[in-house]
Amino acid sequence: MSSRREQFGAGVAAVAPMLPGVAPFGVIAGLTAVGTGLSAAQAMAMSLVIFAGASQLATLQLVADGAMPAIILLTVFTINLRFSMYSASLAPHFQHLGRRWRLPLAYVLVDQNYALGIHHYRQGKPGAAEFGHWFFLGAGITLWLTWQAATAVGVFMGASVPRDWSLDFAIPLVFMVLLVPTLQDRPHIAAAVTGSVVATLAADMPLHLGIVTGALCGIAAGVWFEYRAEAS
Amino acid sequence: MSDTTLWLTILGAGLCTWLLRLSFIELWQWMRVPPLLHRALRYVPPAVLAALVVPALARSGGSIDLSPDNLRLVAGIVAAVVAWFSRSVLLTLAAGMGMLWLLQTVT
Repeated sequence: MSSRREQFGAGVAAVAPMLPGVAPFGVIAGLTAVGTGLSAAQAMAMSLVIFAGASQLATLQLVADGAMPAIILLTVFTINLRFSMYSASLAPHFQHLGRRWRLPLAYVLVDQNYALGIHHYRQGKPGAAEFGHWFFLGAGITLWLTWQAATAVGVFMGASVPRDWSLDFAIPLVFMVLLVPTLQDRPHIAAAVTGSVVATLAADMPLHLGIVTGALCGIAAGVWFEYRAEAS
Repeated sequence: MSDTTLWLTILGAGLCTWLLRLSFIELWQWMRVPPLLHRALRYVPPAVLAALVVPALARSGGSIDLSPDNLRLVAGIVAAVVAWFSRSVLLTLAAGMGMLWLLQTVT
């Protein structure tokens, strides 16, 4: 029992330093939703139901542009395709759990607790193999509560925050800190460099396909570098 | 867009996102993942994270801008150095946001 609580607590503690990066993003999601003309209930529902910042902001932009719902859903699918990659990466660690666990764990899966969780499992910390899902849950619930509270703050602040505060810049800064520990050897660095160059060049692609295209090219580059290192 | 359509779009986007998150966690027991896919998955974090970060810095106003006039690029590079050495979210946010605000004030 204490192992579960320790894992849960470790998850909360690991994610705590990231919250100042998550909160401004959530505030922006709330502010932008109200600014786009959504009701307070719809703005909150976006964070409750979707719970994925980049796709929420893209949805709002498309609603403002008057896009068709089918285009909005395709865009959300594309931006969030990375979650299926996270899902496959975490799946082997969740197979001893029942559906009662797997369904809600999937709901709280986001970039930050994926990065922390997979690192936790791979380090082979004591108790991680058996109770690591409590670590993941602790980080996930903390992120979820922060996201909902921050969205609510944004919704109720309305459009009174000046645009030139550039709070959206906090998003790449948070992803940056998550990126650093993944650059552990040459294939991983090749994946990151290729992913960033292709995503930057492909950013004009329709429906935000640039990020997914960059990611897939980066993954291919990582695998290729790994094979090449083995061959030599 | 009508109110009902907007509600349905939000719910649809949420369902789509949840199913993507659930996909392989549920499918894992029914399908064997080929070794190549397993290997490829290890490169998902650096590839995806870099693809999210760099375009946000290297592009400005809809096109690539690698000049010092791109304030987000300059502030981002400062933040990247801090992130590399500190690995701290708080220090990186302070450096990046502080630098951006400073540059926006002086330019």
